[in-house]
Amino acid sequence: MARKILQHALMIVATALLGGLLTAAMVRFAPGSSVDERELDPRLSSGSRQALRQARAAEQNFLRFYVDYLRRAAHGDLGISRTLNRPVRELLAERAPATLRCAGLGLGIGWAGALALAVSAAVLRRTAYDAFATVLAGALLCVPAAVLALLSVFANGPAPLVVAVIVFPRLYRYSRNLLAAGYRQPHLITAYAKGVSGARIFFAHVLPLAGPQLLALAGVSVSMAFGAAIPVEAVCGIPGIGQLAWQAALGRDLPLLLTLTVMVALATLLANLASEAAAQMLSPKAR
Amino acid sequence: MRTARKIAMVVIAATLLVCLNAGFLAPAHYAAEFREAPNAAPSRAHWLGTDALGRDLFSRLLYGTRISLLLAPAAALLSTLLAGFIGGAAGYLGGIWERLAMAAADLVLSLPWLFLLITVRALLPLDVSPLISLAVTFALLGGLGWAAGARVLCAGARGLRNADFVLQARISGMHGLRLFAVHVLPNLKPVLCAQFWISVPVFILSEANLGVLGLGVAEPMPSWGGLMRELESMWSPLHEWWKLAPLLLLVAVTGSLQLLISREELTA
Repeated sequence: MARKILQHALMIVATALLGGLLTAAMVRFAPGSSVDERELDPRLSSGSRQALRQARAAEQNFLRFYVDYLRRAAHGDLGISRTLNRPVRELLAERAPATLRCAGLGLGIGWAGALALAVSAAVLRRTAYDAFATVLAGALLCVPAAVLALLSVFANGPAPLVVAVIVFPRLYRYSRNLLAAGYRQPHLITAYAKGVSGARIFFAHVLPLAGPQLLALAGVSVSMAFGAAIPVEAVCGIPGIGQLAWQAALGRDLPLLLTLTVMVALATLLANLASEAAAQMLSPKAR
Repeated sequence: MRTARKIAMVVIAATLLVCLNAGFLAPAHYAAEFREAPNAAPSRAHWLGTDALGRDLFSRLLYGTRISLLLAPAAALLSTLLAGFIGGAAGYLGGIWERLAMAAADLVLSLPWLFLLITVRALLPLDVSPLISLAVTFALLGGLGWAAGARVLCAGARGLRNADFVLQARISGMHGLRLFAVHVLPNLKPVLCAQFWISVPVFILSEANLGVLGLGVAEPMPSWGGLMRELESMWSPLHEWWKLAPLLLLVAVTGSLQLLISREELTA
């Protein structure tokens, strides 16, 4: 078990470093990366222009740029945002709570709704109810996340609710299928015939089988919530990480975008590691 | 369910037929501006009204549907081919190649899809011609959407690696690319088809999200994403209901595709 977790931890470090390296390479080779529009400012002296060029020259070698970035990051310096002209660390500290609140609350509501519908659909096994829940989830899957956020603005709906509506259909589909597969086990027919109660069947036979996979889904859902945070925060005007990433993308603030990419990759990988460790512990095979 | 699938097929076929004939059916060119009638309500001259620049929204919807409906499958084809090549070859070769390919897929999958899209989109220039922005947007979708499919195809190819007929072909002297192309790839065809159909609605929705966020196809070229950006300027969905037409069409088409996918997945 410890070895497997260590392997995953190494994978996280390697993935984050490789992801950062790839992004650094893309920053270096992106069209226009060697041009700074501030150099066009007529108020700047030739000395200031030279200083700008020297600062950019250090970023030309992507390996050097990335090694410098890692060294500075290890000391807590994540660079300066070009568009906002503020330290990235300061921006992250300022924006993270809003995203954690919005995405966390949305994820919680989404999970509660998805599990409530999936469990009741699996337990009741009423065709009409199942069809209603499936159609609802299918319809929500067909609406772009950004449009859902726009519609919530018109309806004065809270932003976490939009995140919940975005993640709900995906969570519902997987959970419902997992629980339905659990109920299709052949030995449950014997259990029903022996008069075992529905609650006991669910908690003793269905949930242990679906539990580890539901936990794995919980890890993946963190990535879904981060993805949903971008359009929701951008459209609803919430000053979080998603809005910051969108502003950085529009302004081509590549160092800021690089940092955000690595941070989000680390957060989602850590969530996957935690959920996988929990799933391993709960797995009937492990026990 | 069978009736629902028939309706879904009719919806997709009718939409395709109409948008392919946009040149004949549209009352105006998508970029033509009627300056005397900006933000007009639906009328005989402009069936879905006009936008802030006086462009006919019905014409833009027809042309935009054509772009989104033709290029999303093209992007899906690109991502399926990439997934087939990377995942299929990784599963077939095994060992270090499989581990490397799956680590790369994990890396791509570890990032939220929309986050990854806007990051890579931002690395490319935003102030380009509409045609280039169109190609960039859909090439980006196709180029980044391979990871999930590659994992599935890798598992499929891994299963075929030691299959009896593959061993028989090896004994007969067939090796390398020829063995992969003749025996492995055709057996992965159902999985490839399922991956293609799954990707189409995902890419349509992704383009729509990028468009609403201002990172999609550049003006004046219309696409569903760009058309839905108009919703931002709408002051009430109840009073300007006609501006919801692109959204309703997108929901109808992606919903129909979702209905057909379940059939494709079953046959895969």
